[in-house]
Amino acid sequence: MVTPLLKIENLHAEVDGKEILRGVDLTINPGEVHALMGRNGSGKSTLSYAIMGHPNYKITKGRIFFQGQEIQELATDVRARLGISLGFQYPVAIPGVSVSNFLRATTKAVRGQEVPIKEFRKELTAAMERLGVPKEFLSRYVNDGFSGGEKKRLEILQMAMLKPKMVVLDETDSGLDIDALKTVSSGINALATPETGILLITHYQRILNYVQPDFVHVFQDGRIVTSGGAELSSKLEEHGYDWVTQEQLTSGTV
Amino acid sequence: MATELAFDPNTDIRDIGDDYKYGFSDKEDYLFKSGRGLTPEIVEAISTMKKEPKWMLELRLKALQTFLKKPMPTWGNTKMLESIDFDNIYYYIKPSERSEKNWDDVPEGIKKTFDRLGIPEAERKFLAGVTAQYESEVVYHSIREDLTAQGVIFLDMDSGLREHEDIIREHFASVIPVADNKFSALNSAVWSGGSFVWVPAGVRVEIPLQAYFRINAENMGQFERTLIIAEPGSFVHYIEGCTAPTYSSDSLHSAVVELIAKPGAHIRYTTIQNWSRNVYNLVTKRAVAQENAKIEWVDGNLGSKLTMKYPAIYLMGEGATGEVLSVAFSGHDQHQDAGAKIIHAAPNTTSIVTSKSISKDGGRSSYRGLIKVLPGATGVKTSVKCDALLLDEHSRSDTYPTMEIDEKDVSVEHEATVSKVGEEQLFYLMSRGLTADEAKAMVVNGFFEPFTKELPLEYAVELNRLIQLEMEGSVG
Repeated sequence: MVTPLLKIENLHAEVDGKEILRGVDLTINPGEVHALMGRNGSGKSTLSYAIMGHPNYKITKGRIFFQGQEIQELATDVRARLGISLGFQYPVAIPGVSVSNFLRATTKAVRGQEVPIKEFRKELTAAMERLGVPKEFLSRYVNDGFSGGEKKRLEILQMAMLKPKMVVLDETDSGLDIDALKTVSSGINALATPETGILLITHYQRILNYVQPDFVHVFQDGRIVTSGGAELSSKLEEHGYDWVTQEQLTSGTV
Repeated sequence: MATELAFDPNTDIRDIGDDYKYGFSDKEDYLFKSGRGLTPEIVEAISTMKKEPKWMLELRLKALQTFLKKPMPTWGNTKMLESIDFDNIYYYIKPSERSEKNWDDVPEGIKKTFDRLGIPEAERKFLAGVTAQYESEVVYHSIREDLTAQGVIFLDMDSGLREHEDIIREHFASVIPVADNKFSALNSAVWSGGSFVWVPAGVRVEIPLQAYFRINAENMGQFERTLIIAEPGSFVHYIEGCTAPTYSSDSLHSAVVELIAKPGAHIRYTTIQNWSRNVYNLVTKRAVAQENAKIEWVDGNLGSKLTMKYPAIYLMGEGATGEVLSVAFSGHDQHQDAGAKIIHAAPNTTSIVTSKSISKDGGRSSYRGLIKVLPGATGVKTSVKCDALLLDEHSRSDTYPTMEIDEKDVSVEHEATVSKVGEEQLFYLMSRGLTADEAKAMVVNGFFEPFTKELPLEYAVELNRLIQLEMEGSVG
């Protein structure tokens, strides 16, 4: 049997004493793309922060495993170096730090060693071309004065360089026009290898027209309320999230 | 490209053990060391040993009287100022016979120190000239021959006085009068060493000249005196660096620096002050810019116990420009009281002041600035921007901006921000594999980037390394 990349068991987490996650169970195997869909405020982002280990998100119950190793006690940077990465919904600016220095430092940190400069440049140029990122990007300061679309491109560019095994993307599609959505989606598809797991957190079905999920989960009130294949997202698009609530009421799962 | 250096990924902070790597000291082996305290006899002895002209001795003795009479400043960190024990300080130490032109001729012990500080190496790599001052005297100086051929003078101030007495007599204390303040009077009484730079009209010194100041003895007082004159249309970039051993009792560094930029000339003066944390650094720096001249003070304060320093620019001629870029880093028990002073005395003059400070571990950074526009100085543009970054709850940042505008036709901008290293920034960087220390260092390096990019490459690398050292273990 394959060891799951990410296994979340009955995860409960709170922020400022308020319980947000209420028993999340989720297993992601290598090569799988999972979409986690839900309304704003359902706790989707909290789940992504809990996976990455944000200090303000306190896990009160349950466990998170990465490749069989329990990680909920590990610091964020340790998790990153194990191979987990989070694409932020609202990436923060780091004024004065150029994208190229940032990418070089973080690539070194995650890969555990310096990548020879020539090799690094080659890799970077290829990834930038794929994502339609202009060269001037490199000398700009990280996320400083970036448009929404530029920020998301940079998030995906980082993933392309850091090569995480487990990619968590928090609303990467929000605020993108259709062209940007297409490029970013193709960047995400390029990350999907037989060894990689992707958790795509989104509010809208639209990105799933470009990134094909193997599994779709509906998130509500801090946990997954229903799961299915790609067809589930179309149903959601058609009937809205209320449909899930209705469904659950009738099936007695709530 | 300077932005490449904002964060040096090659540096591993765990490899570096000591916080302040310049804190070592040499055994004392001096030709002359004055007794503690300040008397007219010591002032006379200094002047006699230097075989100075009579007018200089008179200036010194008069300055001594002014120093004794003048009260301490009643602003800044008065508590720290009052704790200076002027009677406990050595005012003059002569470490060697003369200023050498060849590193091999510098006394072995002193040469070793400068080797450890990387000065001869820096000279070979990227400087057009160097003076190295150890205690009271310059022990080494050199300048590239092509610059000498173009008529550029770069000497220690004592040699300058001997070889170019006329120029010095005309300009010495012309920008900063002896009685300007208590510490300028003190410096004028006991000054020794420092640099004298004269750049002929139209000559551009494209590679920096550097002076390095080292204090070695405990309770030492270092009082260098620098005068830079840029003749019309010339350019020079002068850099100074300073370090000292770490002692349990205090030393005093009190320099006077005068710059004169004649019409169309451009002087850039860069300081990277990294004194050990037992040094009082009380320095008076002032520049005069004539028509269309440009003065830039690039002022980095990392070390010392207390620094009080406000590089000033008097924009005397129409179209003159002044810029002060000042950064300060205050750690435990440190107070950096730094800033800028700009006097717009002519029409269409422009000034830009950028101050960036970081406080951590209970350190305190203050910006103290004055912008003054005199009547008749129309069309003036001035902009002041102060950013402070606090790394923890018990550190402090203050801003004391003063604007005295006596003219209507003026454009004034002023902006001040105080921020904290955000939790979200740290989380973001750590989610990319950087440790908490590395993440903080990256944020701080980024904050200083507008300063770092103005430095020659080697200095920028060194500064980034220092910041990483400072950040080590700073995350609780």
